[in-house]
Amino acid sequence: MNALGLLRDVKELKRLKSELKKEKREKFVSVCGDTGCSVWDSKKVDEVFRRVLEEKGLSEEIPVKSTGCLGFCECGPVVIVFPEEIFYQKVNEEDVEEIVEETVVKGKVVERLLYHDPREDKKIVKASDIPFYKKQVRNLLGDNWLIDPGSIVDYFSREGYAAAAKAFTEMSPEEVINEIKEARLRGRGGAGFPTGVKWEECFTKNVENKYIICNADEGDPGAFMDRSILEGNPHSVLEGMMIGGYATGSNHGIVYIREEYPTALEKVKNAILKARETGMLGENILNSGFDFDITVSVGAGAFVCGETSALVNSIEGKVGEPRQKPPHLAEKGLYGKPTVVNNVETLANVPRIIRWGAEEFARAGSKNSGGTKIFSLVGKIRNTGLVEVPLGLPLREIIYEIGGGIKGGGHLKAVQTGGPSGGCLPGYMLDIPTDFEELDAAGSMMGSGGMIVMDYGTCMVEFSRYFLSFLSGESCGKCFSCREGIYRMLEIVEEVAAGTATLSHLDLLEELGEMVKNTTMCGLGKTSANPVLSTLKFFKGEYLAHIMENRCPAGVCRALVTVFINQELCSGCGVCRKKCPEEAITGEKKEPHYIEKALCSKCGICIESCPEEAITRA
Amino acid sequence: MVILFGFTLNGFEVLAWENMSILEVAGFYGIEIPTLCFMEGLSPYGGCRLCLVEVGPVGKSRLVTSCTYPAREGIEVRTHSQKVLQQRRMLLELYVAACPSSKWLQDLASKHHVTEVRFKPKGEECILCGRCVRMCREQMMGEAIGYVDRGTQRRITTPFDKKSEDCRLCGGCMYVCPVCQLRCQGPKEESTLCSSCLNLYPPCAEKFEEVMCYMDPCAACELEKG
Ligand SMILES: Cc1cc2nc3c(=O)[nH]c(=O)nc-3n(C[C@H](O)[C@H](O)[C@H](O)COP(=O)(O)O)c2cc1C
Ligand code: FES
Repeated sequence: MNALGLLRDVKELKRLKSELKKEKREKFVSVCGDTGCSVWDSKKVDEVFRRVLEEKGLSEEIPVKSTGCLGFCECGPVVIVFPEEIFYQKVNEEDVEEIVEETVVKGKVVERLLYHDPREDKKIVKASDIPFYKKQVRNLLGDNWLIDPGSIVDYFSREGYAAAAKAFTEMSPEEVINEIKEARLRGRGGAGFPTGVKWEECFTKNVENKYIICNADEGDPGAFMDRSILEGNPHSVLEGMMIGGYATGSNHGIVYIREEYPTALEKVKNAILKARETGMLGENILNSGFDFDITVSVGAGAFVCGETSALVNSIEGKVGEPRQKPPHLAEKGLYGKPTVVNNVETLANVPRIIRWGAEEFARAGSKNSGGTKIFSLVGKIRNTGLVEVPLGLPLREIIYEIGGGIKGGGHLKAVQTGGPSGGCLPGYMLDIPTDFEELDAAGSMMGSGGMIVMDYGTCMVEFSRYFLSFLSGESCGKCFSCREGIYRMLEIVEEVAAGTATLSHLDLLEELGEMVKNTTMCGLGKTSANPVLSTLKFFKGEYLAHIMENRCPAGVCRALVTVFINQELCSGCGVCRKKCPEEAITGEKKEPHYIEKALCSKCGICIESCPEEAITRA
Repeated sequence: MVILFGFTLNGFEVLAWENMSILEVAGFYGIEIPTLCFMEGLSPYGGCRLCLVEVGPVGKSRLVTSCTYPAREGIEVRTHSQKVLQQRRMLLELYVAACPSSKWLQDLASKHHVTEVRFKPKGEECILCGRCVRMCREQMMGEAIGYVDRGTQRRITTPFDKKSEDCRLCGGCMYVCPVCQLRCQGPKEESTLCSSCLNLYPPCAEKFEEVMCYMDPCAACELEKG
């Protein structure tokens, strides 16, 4: 099955699928080839696997798949051996020989590489039994385990392009739109707009040359769900776009990817070529009379270019600034034509809706929105990685059952959802369901699915400061209220952190936040005050401690903390003295050392270097 | 064919044509909305945010910039609601803090009852209203200046900060700038007139017995003479 020919109609597609079913290999090894695991040298592991299997003459029989993100980045490099679904974590090059020898050949398990569940204190063999995966509903990410993103054959064998074939030959555009509406699919890019309604608006415009754009700008720090889908299963996004094109009456799709995602870019380009070769893209697809093609447009990686109208400007070669609306993109979008912009994850859901039917799809999900949502779970959490859960699952379950609770045994202080312009929710609000409306009402938002967990070592003032400084650099700078408003909020928060603010600053901060929210044009400015306003709402005490008591309760804000050496614990080894970049530490050999306050920059290097743990910050 | 339609402006039923902005309609009915980046003859920009108005029914309204928002049939617009006034004042407070030396901004601030500035004065020389950029491109056919960078780094300059060959030194950019005007220093000892904003006496009036144009302030001929 090397040379795939052109598939002319649905019959040929079906024939190919039944052939693939016969040839299907149950045995294979999936090695995570995504960024998280690459950091731990998963590329080497992959190479060694291929070499060892080759040497044993098994490479034909047992293929190695270099997959997209397998989800559990904490345990990288991750290897899963099928069909038993044996999950090996932190695999080294040296372990490969043993895995092939024991597991692949003899079917035995290599105990020491298994995942160890700290709660039940036992080893777990099967991937889907690991608590991290068990609670998830991996409709989208599940295929990442099984698919080599470079191979369209793998996608075909997972029911690939069946939805497109069904839509083009058995359904009218209206029927497709209705199906999407009934599935209650809402945009996963941030705003949660009903996708069916968006498509319908574009469909009703009787204009030639409409466009459908896939928004793969993904500029939130710490978020990588869109990248994982593009790198792990690019064809699912292309198929979603094709169906979207059919439903909206557009023949041209564009994937807008940021330059900082070179792997995703390469995978998508390759997938487009393969889809063209097999006739899934092009003229008269599967003899349905529908023409559709997809091109790629590369962005320079500005956060604001994720905003739909700025994105359209960027594709047109203009400065990436949002446009004034109305007119909306559905009226006047790319090159003045009706345009639909959808997020990567939104589009990846579409083939499933068509294949399974709306009812089955919406079985997972909440009252207002159907399906699953991928969150990128990061921060002070034991299991970091991508988690896919039904919409509406309470935050608590995500953090404690899937995420495994707080890293280092601390306590949860706050969780931020929604990326840089999301809000912070305190521990007592964890029973909120992850639903667009509920999170909005609580003062945060769903956003694109970033989820940052914080413990008591995080200062909420510093937290606000960080996101404000991110946004002040990423604002396009056109609206005075956004540019100057964020700058001034940052100025005030910096004063709070330095201990020089007064109480009246807090009122001003709040007033300013409301102003920026109300008076700015695009979503960036409108939401930019969220980190400030939500921390002011839930963690005002912490701001007050900085202002009234000149104290940073989390011990983070440098201006307000002192670093000192506990004279009883210090053994006078002198390590800190040598490490201190400010030469602020003095002391005789074998005698307790001390820090000269005036010189100390509170960088904390001494704290980390002290073998006696005698240095603290407070 | 011109299509006329109606909408509500501050409680009154008003009529407008297609493609009119709310600002234009309000101006037509004699309602003054403060503006900064807007200038007749230049395309609307929507960057200064000062021309905010409230659109939509009470409780579900939002603030939009009237210079760019098209009047549409049946919408409800309030140009002087409490919300609008409050946000306008806050904006002006920020403007004065950014650029205290501008007479234009100081005047606007007084007019809208800004009584205190709670931010550190910055002394900037540009508020990025972009009038000059549009003047150069749209009226002088120059495109000699544009924006570079984003966020707080954004500024207006010539390409690569070099003297631009497209610049004909027409002075149009300075002519429309609300910030780089003469500063008001108040009357000097020897005179009761301040005269900092003194207009030029039109040289053409002497030559032709009457003025040849209505530019205000009069400057163009002077600039030409160098
Ligand atoms: C500042 C800003 C950045 C955004 N960044 C992204 C992004 O990186 N990816 C994305 O899909 N949507 C992003 N959005 C949301 C988009 O504007 C838009 O809502 C979304 O792409 C629509 O697709 P959907 O309906 O499928 O969610 C951003 C919005 C704003 C205001
Ligand atoms: S005058 Fe409308 S935004 Fe400046």
